Amino acid sequence: MISLTVNGKTYKADVPADASLLWVLRDHLKLTGTKYSCGNGECGACTVHVNGKAERSCTVTVGEVKGKKITTIEGLPDNHPVKRAWIKEQVVQCGYCQPGVMMQVASLLSEKPTPSADQIISKMDDVICRCGTYLRIKKGIQAAVEMSGKEGKKV
Amino acid sequence: MSTLISRRAFLKGSLAAGGLTLAISVTPFGYTILNAADKKGLKSFSPNVWLQITSDNKVTIVIGNSEMGQGVLTAHSMILADELEADWKQVQVRQGAAMDAFKSPILGAQLTVGSASVRGFYEPLRKAGASGRAMLVKAAAETWKVPESECTAVLGTVKHEKSKSSLTYGQLCEKAAKLEVPKDPVLKKESEFRYMGKAMPRVDVPEKVKGKAVFGLDVSPKDLLYSVVARPPAYGAKPVSFNQKAAEQVKGVVKVLQIPQGIAVCASSTEAALKGRDALQVQWDKGSLPEMDTAFVEKTLLADLEKQGAKVHSAGDAQKAIGEAAKKVEAVYYIPCVAHATMEPMNTTAYVQKDRCDIWSPNQNQTACAGMTAGITKLPPEKIHVHTTFLGCGLGRRAFPDFLPEAVLISKEVGKPVKALWTRDDDIKQDRFRAPMGHRIQGGLDAQGQLIGWNHRTSCISIMKPVNPKAIVDGVDYYCLWGLWDKDDSPMWNAKIQYEIPNLHIELVMPDLPIPCWPWRSVQNAPNAFAIESFVDELAQAAGKDPLEFRLQSLKNNKRATRVLQTVAEKAGWGKPIPKGEGRGIAQHACFGTWVASVAELSVDKKSGNIKVHRVVVAVDCGPVINPGPLVEQIEGGVILALSTALKEEVKFAKGGVASSNFDDYDIIRMSEVPEIEVHIVKSTDKIGGIGELGVPPTAPAVANAFFNATGVRIRRIPLTPEVVLAGLKKT
Repeated sequence: MISLTVNGKTYKADVPADASLLWVLRDHLKLTGTKYSCGNGECGACTVHVNGKAERSCTVTVGEVKGKKITTIEGLPDNHPVKRAWIKEQVVQCGYCQPGVMMQVASLLSEKPTPSADQIISKMDDVICRCGTYLRIKKGIQAAVEMSGKEGKKV
Repeated sequence: MSTLISRRAFLKGSLAAGGLTLAISVTPFGYTILNAADKKGLKSFSPNVWLQITSDNKVTIVIGNSEMGQGVLTAHSMILADELEADWKQVQVRQGAAMDAFKSPILGAQLTVGSASVRGFYEPLRKAGASGRAMLVKAAAETWKVPESECTAVLGTVKHEKSKSSLTYGQLCEKAAKLEVPKDPVLKKESEFRYMGKAMPRVDVPEKVKGKAVFGLDVSPKDLLYSVVARPPAYGAKPVSFNQKAAEQVKGVVKVLQIPQGIAVCASSTEAALKGRDALQVQWDKGSLPEMDTAFVEKTLLADLEKQGAKVHSAGDAQKAIGEAAKKVEAVYYIPCVAHATMEPMNTTAYVQKDRCDIWSPNQNQTACAGMTAGITKLPPEKIHVHTTFLGCGLGRRAFPDFLPEAVLISKEVGKPVKALWTRDDDIKQDRFRAPMGHRIQGGLDAQGQLIGWNHRTSCISIMKPVNPKAIVDGVDYYCLWGLWDKDDSPMWNAKIQYEIPNLHIELVMPDLPIPCWPWRSVQNAPNAFAIESFVDELAQAAGKDPLEFRLQSLKNNKRATRVLQTVAEKAGWGKPIPKGEGRGIAQHACFGTWVASVAELSVDKKSGNIKVHRVVVAVDCGPVINPGPLVEQIEGGVILALSTALKEEVKFAKGGVASSNFDDYDIIRMSEVPEIEVHIVKSTDKIGGIGELGVPPTAPAVANAFFNATGVRIRRIPLTPEVVLAGLKKT
């Protein structure tokens, strides 16, 4: 039995310590906002925050995150600038990669509230969106930066 | 979510009560039942399958097409709500079940392909909405005992100015339900459109942003089991041995069984199923064509260009015209296999019970899902319930649900709901790819540089042969040819070469290779456009003419092609000087009732062979526009997808099977490689066409033509990887 802190809640799951965080979130905790796509850390669809930093949940074991704070897309508040910006800019198409993309962006903006174009590219170049929303993601990031700047909030 | 999936709701769902409540469905938003009869005390009015108005003043719109990000739920709802004159605030949208009533009038099945959802349902949905409006107006007029002509429908309310009376649609629904549905309701004039043509936010976006949208892999009925299948690594390979015991001993594994797809492992979690599959240690035989590798495929397709093909079309005498031409041009092109690689890998969840079967599937073909399930379970159609979830991208792949049978087979065996997952490796290796193509084209120009003859032989693996051999007539599979040639009565609407060529001959050779192929966003329009539009550029060069001018001179009677070419040229600054080392290329294409043209600008690093695409400008004429925002998004997304195929994507084969396996060895375009994209919608009152796939076809040829413009080197093969570019530059 392993204990995990996800979105501020404590969960218990009957899984070994080497179980993948992604599949425990999805199959055992039924937090299906975090997506499976490549299983080897290539695409970013499974990105969650571990102690506030973006991590690929498909390459992390539950043993490695014991005692750490995990946040999934469901735990990112609905009024979070990234979520609001994503609706405002209509970023998503099929939407499957977007939870991971949004978590990656939220982590970027918490480190760099006003990222340069290069900083955006270097952080976002390792996520894949097959629908081709990359230009919208850029717009979404811009909108989120503006929103949090105006509101004087730290993302 | 499992608590929401009530058995009673499902059973109720298939009933149509009193002819009023047809809108039965489950929804990816939570599997709620829509039949108003289920809600206490609610009256309802449902003049057709798409529409239900209830006495709580809600308008529920049920859509049979699959939502994969193209915005069909929103576009269809806009058309209906507009003609109904509903208030958008009272509208709720739901995903429909598999039903005959949802079959596309132009495709003949409940299918979301061929950019056909709006062009196919534009008229029926308008009529459906207008019928509802007419009945509500009539109900109000009868209530007030005034002439219908004095009553007007405004935003979900019918009003009678003289008496200052008004009733909401909710108040009128019970009475309207008793009226006869008019056959030919009066449609709105364009000037009266309230939603159509205006940018409306997509209804699926908020759920998706919150992480609450239910995709196929997110379905979780009670007592769910998970399965994966060990699949043949080579085409036609059969298992020689496998360690069933070792798999069964893995904690959580419930069942190991051999099925036609391979060796299935069913377990209490995905990870347990994966561990069980690893433990199988399956040994396979060599399969049907072990010598097949990447080079073998290309060699076969190019060698087939030397063979006589099946005649597709012949007008005039192409051979004679070219033989006598002032200038002759000949070129061979090759376009390799590309994978769909949708972000959500293939999957389906099935629950087979004695007297019913439920399917939860991210699919583009509800008709096939129901048919395949009936074939396995032998249940009658009314006992099969197909619930379409959101699709994690489609690209055409999910229109052939070969990922469904294993879920049904395993569930039938274990008696519980089973989610059958394809891992990314399965998804790429078992994909049915965009068919690889070879093209040999000969062209002739007269002394004035006018195109007078075109002789075209193409080789392409048949797309339909393994699936529906009856679709192939006289050796011709038109799926291979869209964009080059098509039948006159085709539902693909004018997916033909657009140039006016007096002498045109087209042949098709279909090589016998075991690679399964299937439509991939725009089907073969894109590979055909690559060959046609590259060759037209070569002809322009031979004629000593500007590529735009050369195209226009053979499109004199083609108003819509001319219009998009002129628009894109103007917007892109065609003809303006461009920095040294950079190039600009143009291409046009028509299919699915829409005309599109594109200009690409790029630079080439001659040392590394890297191409940097800076800008792509697109002009599109699809007739009336429903929702301009998603229209632009679809073109943008199509351009980006096509750039990925132009610069990076190629499926690799080895030992008679697929060597590519995941995003590390099947590279897909990333943010840093995406150019600035401008989309210009040409204002048009012509017949409505499709949009979803139209960004794809002109993109790769515009890039290849821009590459030629930048370097003077013509490369007749995609992807233009650094290796291909360096080899091409070295040759000259």
